[in-house]
Amino acid sequence: MGFRKKTLKRLGSYLMRYRWLLLLAVFMTLASNILALMGPMLSGYAIDAIEPGPGRVDFQKVFYYAAWMAGFYAASAMLSYAIAVLMVTISRKVVYAMRRDVFDRLLALPVGYFDLHKTGDIISRISYDIDTVNESLSSDLVQMMTTAITVAGSLYMMIMISPRLVLVFAVTVPLSAWITRFLTGKTRPLFRARSASLGRLNGFGEEMITGQKTIKAYCTEEEIIRSFEEKNRDGVEAYYKAEYYGSTVGPMINFINNLSLSLISVFGAFLYLMGMMSIGQISSFVLYSRKFSGPISEAANITGDLQSAIAAAERVFALLDELEETGDVEQAVQIGTEANPVNGRVELSRVSFGYEEGKAILKDLSLTTEPGQVVAVIGPTGAGKTTLINLLMRFYDVNNGSIRVDGKDIRQIKRASLRKAYAMVLQDTWLFHGTILENLSYGREGITREEVIQAAKAARIHSFIMQLPDGYDTVLKEEGINISKGQKQLLTIVRAMLQDCRMLILDEATSNVDTRTEIRIQEAMLKLMEGKTCFVIAHRLSTIQNASRILVMNHGQVVEQGSHQSLMEAKGLYYQMYQAQFQ
Amino acid sequence: MKKIFTYYLKPYYLRMVLGFSIKFTGTIMDLLLPWALAHTIDVVVPAGRKGEILLWGLFMIGCSLVAAAFNVLANRMASRVASNAMFSIRGDLFAKVMYLSNRRTDEITRPSLITRLTTDTYNVHQMLGRIQRLGVRAPILLIGGIAMTMALDPVLACVLLATLPLLAAVVTLVSRKSIPMFASLQESTDRFVRLVREDIGGIRVIKALSKEDYERKRFDTINREVVEREKRATVITALTNPSMNILLNLGLVGVILAGACRVNAGTSEVGKILAFMTYFTIILNAMMSISRMFVILSKAAASADRICQILEAEDERELACLTKEGEEFSPFHIEFDHVDFSYNKVCNNIEDITFQLKKGETLGIIGATGSGKSTIVNLLMRFYDADKGSIRIDGQDIKSMDLKTLRKRFGTVFQNDALFENTIYENINMGRNLTRQQAEEAVFYARAREFVEEKGGVDQGLDIKGANLSGGQKQRVLIARALAARPEILILDDSSSALDYKTDAALRREIKTHFSETTCIIVAQRISSVMSADHIMVLEEGRILGYGTHEELMETCTVYQEIGRSQMGAGKEGMG
Repeated sequence: MGFRKKTLKRLGSYLMRYRWLLLLAVFMTLASNILALMGPMLSGYAIDAIEPGPGRVDFQKVFYYAAWMAGFYAASAMLSYAIAVLMVTISRKVVYAMRRDVFDRLLALPVGYFDLHKTGDIISRISYDIDTVNESLSSDLVQMMTTAITVAGSLYMMIMISPRLVLVFAVTVPLSAWITRFLTGKTRPLFRARSASLGRLNGFGEEMITGQKTIKAYCTEEEIIRSFEEKNRDGVEAYYKAEYYGSTVGPMINFINNLSLSLISVFGAFLYLMGMMSIGQISSFVLYSRKFSGPISEAANITGDLQSAIAAAERVFALLDELEETGDVEQAVQIGTEANPVNGRVELSRVSFGYEEGKAILKDLSLTTEPGQVVAVIGPTGAGKTTLINLLMRFYDVNNGSIRVDGKDIRQIKRASLRKAYAMVLQDTWLFHGTILENLSYGREGITREEVIQAAKAARIHSFIMQLPDGYDTVLKEEGINISKGQKQLLTIVRAMLQDCRMLILDEATSNVDTRTEIRIQEAMLKLMEGKTCFVIAHRLSTIQNASRILVMNHGQVVEQGSHQSLMEAKGLYYQMYQAQFQ
Repeated sequence: MKKIFTYYLKPYYLRMVLGFSIKFTGTIMDLLLPWALAHTIDVVVPAGRKGEILLWGLFMIGCSLVAAAFNVLANRMASRVASNAMFSIRGDLFAKVMYLSNRRTDEITRPSLITRLTTDTYNVHQMLGRIQRLGVRAPILLIGGIAMTMALDPVLACVLLATLPLLAAVVTLVSRKSIPMFASLQESTDRFVRLVREDIGGIRVIKALSKEDYERKRFDTINREVVEREKRATVITALTNPSMNILLNLGLVGVILAGACRVNAGTSEVGKILAFMTYFTIILNAMMSISRMFVILSKAAASADRICQILEAEDERELACLTKEGEEFSPFHIEFDHVDFSYNKVCNNIEDITFQLKKGETLGIIGATGSGKSTIVNLLMRFYDADKGSIRIDGQDIKSMDLKTLRKRFGTVFQNDALFENTIYENINMGRNLTRQQAEEAVFYARAREFVEEKGGVDQGLDIKGANLSGGQKQRVLIARALAARPEILILDDSSSALDYKTDAALRREIKTHFSETTCIIVAQRISSVMSADHIMVLEEGRILGYGTHEELMETCTVYQEIGRSQMGAGKEGMG
């Protein structure tokens, strides 16, 4: 219960940002309902004017009231449209804000989060779940307000007519409260399960659509379709179960209303027989009780929507509550500014790290690099090379020991400025849906087209780009077929070249570039590395022979280090790996 | 939309009719109540028959109970039908997506496929349930209400009915305007999903470049667009309700005016006008429900069309199949015969590719990035059809083969291949019913045994996209997958780029000794990966520049020499 209240409160806090608009909506709803209530009253007057019968109808009065009716109805309709527009505006603002918050949170989450959560599930939260919340906000809120106003109004009228008969509601209102509570208690976990199973289904779908080619290659479509079927079955069953109880609420509340009507008619009849009520009073009481219960059953109908909205909101808030990367400490310094330039001296002292407790990937690693030095890191796969980069960039914090840049512990440096101090080319190239120019100038704002073209020429990708239909303005489509992995890597190299950094990380930067191209871009790479502290991870040993220092890593530790020459002479692991090239 | 009603709901027609009749009965029970009430007050009460009052009261409670029970039952049946229909729609959609030809997948793009599978099916599901629940009650009330007014005073009823064409015009106008708006909303949802998906994929780069603000801005633009489009579509559909209200109420004013004339002329009575008012409320409410149905329908129509578009798209199961020509004998296992192909059908990506491989031979393909290496693999496995020339396996054109039989011959590792969130065993098995021994053997051959055992064996789970493995480890699991079924043809497309030389060399040795019957195609960047192959193809800009053994090419092919020198030469210097 407390959990639910918290969810509602948070949802409310989103709405409260627009409290003035909301207040306006409440006010307009009130006005529109009153106008609508005036209609029947006016029609009553008009009918009174017709009353006298054939030949004696007071046409002047009839026209007068009819004109007023038309005016009131028109005004009421316009008001209700204005309310709808207003509510749509508010709810879209809320959706917009919620999506923005979720996205902000996504960007602030530690990278490890995305290794453990399916993209499809995240997408399902930011799209479907937020949509559900929003749908219920825009329609149900107005309904709730109308309900409140009408219920209060008609209750007042009923008490005026016969306080005794109102006692009937002392039976039915608690009964309906109890039923609603019982049903919502039943449906809440069901709606939660429904959202979760839909998230799983979407996660699975996304994963499989991404791996579609592999699935085809192994002819396992049928198998995959079967396991999708299972998840699909779970999904629709969860939906059905939620609906099973959810769609019960409406008829049950309707039943309670009918019950009140029956009771009113019986007790009203007895009251009449005892001379305590007139027929006219009973009939207007019935009319008002209809008005009273109509909105209540509508409200009951939307409790289902509300339930699913709350379940969806819970999932959204759960994502918002994920722990983000630790914030910068208070005294954190900004590096890379005029006052605080980066020199590029990087020290690791006795660093230990593991992604999971008890499973150390790096053990007691120490290393110092002077500005401008090139440090190559090699070793069998899984030796902890990529982890080293994760630590340097502070994607993760060390468990023990420290990393310092220019003598400052990186935990004392503003995270963004630390990362900006590095240029990075990774094995996994990442390009987004945008023009080539946008992709290339991604690392530095305010760069000219000329500069980009210069860098592209240096990286020997200019002529390829020019062959594309729109040159630098060609839009790179997702998983574009017109561009190979190697070309993507070249583009990310250009991106790094355009960054203005003192430190550089190359993680298998050229693994997919063919060697001939690699030789051709050698010059560009050297220029890229010039004067920078470089960390190079490579398998192609030929690419790292010129490094100032080569670290050979195995099982999380540096097992050998030295120049190419000295390592070859030592005839250790490096020598073996080197020889393997020619076997 | 039509397909969903005529095809997917068809098996449930009978059940829906049953549900509708139950709902109909329930609604009639609902309508009986006011009548019973009127009867009690008008007839029973004035007569003072106390016993009868109680009896009528019980009758009303009985009606309420029946109405509640029937409505609950009908609603549940409706939900059942909606869920069952959705199960088959979504299942068919997913199956279709799995079999969708690569060309269509490229065209539609994956994010769009994902939204169609998720939000679009959800919209349709919701529509199916709601339409059934609203769809009976509202028409009954509407028709009942109109019938009653007709019975009361046909002339006055006609005044009210005169507004109906106007109402119909409003509804059609609004839905005609809003359906394309909902369609464009779904389009921008596609883009929205693409951006989120893209950014999740590139989160490391974004953080490394501290581009969070830039991405926020990009997201903001699309977020705004989605919200704006949704708002516009909703604002249009929100027009329906008030305009119905206004039209019907004006009709009512008309009734009063016409009624005044008729009463004055003595052709009608005031009581009738009063009764008119009551039924009028019923009609109005019914119209509201109907207009709500239209909103739901127009919103779902856009989604339904997007789903049907996929369901009707060409898929691989219907690929044109050449009739099988008489089993031609061929000494070659794989043959490419003057093959041309272009992805965009503008300029060729590969041109005039010809080569032959005997069973058990190895072909190495080497060439610059973008030279068409992977395209050859794509054509051989028939992910795309060659534009010109033919590709044969065992002398038979691959176009005349059953796609499944064709692909079952292969064990493949693609560039950027996918690992799934499942156990290592399942990732290797890929639904092929391999024994654990086969999987473990493959792990051994792929030189992955050491780290797999370190992880705790093949039953250990992998994270999403194999995130708990290093780059080289991923590649070895993928290679194990390719080897596990002892394929006839093994394709390794740049699949050892993250392996160190030592592991790479050991791996090649394993394949050579244990898979001597397997024909291999190895696409690589490193000359050391292909130099021991029986044939090496040097590709440049989609054309074969050199073809032969390592020794031959070192003598004849300048490009190959260049590559060789860059990789080997540097090595020799180092050794010297």
